[in-house]
Amino acid sequence: MRSQLFSRPCSILAACALTVAAFVAPSKSLFAEGTTPDAAHRIVAVGGAVTEIVFALGEEDRLVARDSTSNFPKAATELPDIGYIRALSPEGVMSVDPDLILMLEGSGPQEAVDVLKKSGVAIEDIPEGFTANDILEKVAAVGEALGVPEKAEELVQKLSADLEDARTQAESNSTELRVLFVLTTRGGSIMASGVDTAAHGIIDLAGAENAVSDFSGYKRLSDEAILSAAPDVVLMMQRGPNHDVAAEEIFKHPALAQTPAGQNKRVIVMGGQYLLGFGPRTADAIRDLSQQLSDLRS
Amino acid sequence: MSESTISARKIRMRSWFGIAEARNGSREQLARAVIAVLVVATAGTMLASLAIGPISVPVFDILPKIATRLWSPAEGAPEGVSLRDWVVVMDIRLPRVVLGALVGAALAVSGAVMQGLFRNPLADPGIVGVSAGAGLGAAMFIVLGNTVLSPVVALLGIYAVPLAAFLGGLVTTLLLYRIGTRGGMTSVATLLLAGIALGALTGAMTGVLVYVADDQELRDLQFWGLGSLAGANWEKVASAAPIILLMLVSVPFLARGLNGLTLGEAAASHIGVRVQRLKNLSILMVAGATGASVAVSGGIGFVGIVVPHLLRLTIGPDHKYLLPAAALLGAILLIAADTLSRTIVSPAELPIGIITAFVGAPFFLWILLRKRGLTGL
Repeated sequence: MRSQLFSRPCSILAACALTVAAFVAPSKSLFAEGTTPDAAHRIVAVGGAVTEIVFALGEEDRLVARDSTSNFPKAATELPDIGYIRALSPEGVMSVDPDLILMLEGSGPQEAVDVLKKSGVAIEDIPEGFTANDILEKVAAVGEALGVPEKAEELVQKLSADLEDARTQAESNSTELRVLFVLTTRGGSIMASGVDTAAHGIIDLAGAENAVSDFSGYKRLSDEAILSAAPDVVLMMQRGPNHDVAAEEIFKHPALAQTPAGQNKRVIVMGGQYLLGFGPRTADAIRDLSQQLSDLRS
Repeated sequence: MSESTISARKIRMRSWFGIAEARNGSREQLARAVIAVLVVATAGTMLASLAIGPISVPVFDILPKIATRLWSPAEGAPEGVSLRDWVVVMDIRLPRVVLGALVGAALAVSGAVMQGLFRNPLADPGIVGVSAGAGLGAAMFIVLGNTVLSPVVALLGIYAVPLAAFLGGLVTTLLLYRIGTRGGMTSVATLLLAGIALGALTGAMTGVLVYVADDQELRDLQFWGLGSLAGANWEKVASAAPIILLMLVSVPFLARGLNGLTLGEAAASHIGVRVQRLKNLSILMVAGATGASVAVSGGIGFVGIVVPHLLRLTIGPDHKYLLPAAALLGAILLIAADTLSRTIVSPAELPIGIITAFVGAPFFLWILLRKRGLTGL
């Protein structure tokens, strides 16, 4: 009976159908994820967090270039570099022939952005912000711009849980230490971060207190301001391979040496984009910073 | 200093600047030929700069269409040209080339006039702090333009920053002249040192502005330090062009006076030069042209010293030829440097001030070494 059913013409037909299905199926699944054929596939990512999010969404194949602050993950550094986020050259950006530019808020100069808009390239502004919620908004904005909102929603769920977990952990070993973020020490004067900065945001998320909160943005601190800020810990960005030296150097600053941080030689050095990027790695950065802070206290 | 050293120096100075009597037929012919070559080279450099860049664009197809647009203005790209190519030529390269030509000419001529006025080949708006003064004026308007000075900005529009830079440059030039000149003679040592002091002072004032500036204003300010034509657009061309063109048109009338001044002020007034008027006009022009340049392109250094010096070596010191030739060579040099800055680290961009300083600073040292006796240092 069975052999009769699978007579020769039937089996040939079945084989044909299978073959056709095999050819059609993969190409069908290519479009199944909401990626329409005319979606942008030559994308320039401007801003380290934006690039990281594109990678986290698994859409990195559509990138053709990135800015110089996009140095994570490693694969990103192999893309052409169109220069510093605040000093974009419009012709340079146009030369990689993009069909979409994802621009983190604060990209510029304005003249360059104006010319790019005029040239007809699609530009999506990605909002910048320094709270856990702002990270999720960035992800949603990038996902929307890339036409993969479902994937973005998944990533938002995952990051949201991760950030929540990191915050719980940070609160549980809340140190209440006063942290001074030092951006640069050029010319012997300390450039520190007030409120409305990424550094303030991450210090806050890690359950610590920003030692200077009476101004907004980054400013140089006078010696007396450093003394009255009385930081327990100095937080810095990693500038080279041997950050132990940098840590030693910083407390040669006479005013800083007098603070609790200086007297106990307490300094934390972390990668700049990791610490201040407010992207997919921020939950790890919160855990990392909070752990280092609590280690220092004990 | 003994009488004989002074006169020896005077003689050396004269031979350096040359004087009317050195004017002979063959030199004039050479100067004319050089200017003719420079005119052609300027046109060539402008075309090359329009054609060269990270994006390859059919410039020679687009140029005729730009000409058509001049008498029938319209929006968007003309037929047969992609919007991208049109924007690259019309909104990126052309304004940069025009601005580069204006700024290069202004800086080189300012240098030449200043060197004539101070009777010293090392005077340069960048080196003696005139650019710094102009930068301070511009910085004031960038930082305070939205608050304290907003009525002035509302009144003057796009000309507010160039005018402020002009005033800053003017005050600095006048101060320098007062400090550096005594009894009709300009002491170069005093001039350079006063330039350093004024530079420090204007730097400090700019520092105060940096302190009160917000992030956006800081970014704009940073641009002065490096010097760049990257932000060139037609609005900037329109704001700088009137002052610079006015200077370029009127500067030939200074040539005879500046030639006379090489003999010394007394001798110059004996041969009929109205010395005080000449000085006033020269200072106004240097301040105006430097101010306008600094306002649109920041501190681009060394053009004012390299260009006139190279030209004196070839066509001699006669200002009648030196000034127009300086305008042309200055334009060529700056456009070429800008083309390099756009392409060398493409798709990113190098500030042009870095390139001119790389070429100019060693050149400056070379002049110092060659003309050591002249500086009196």
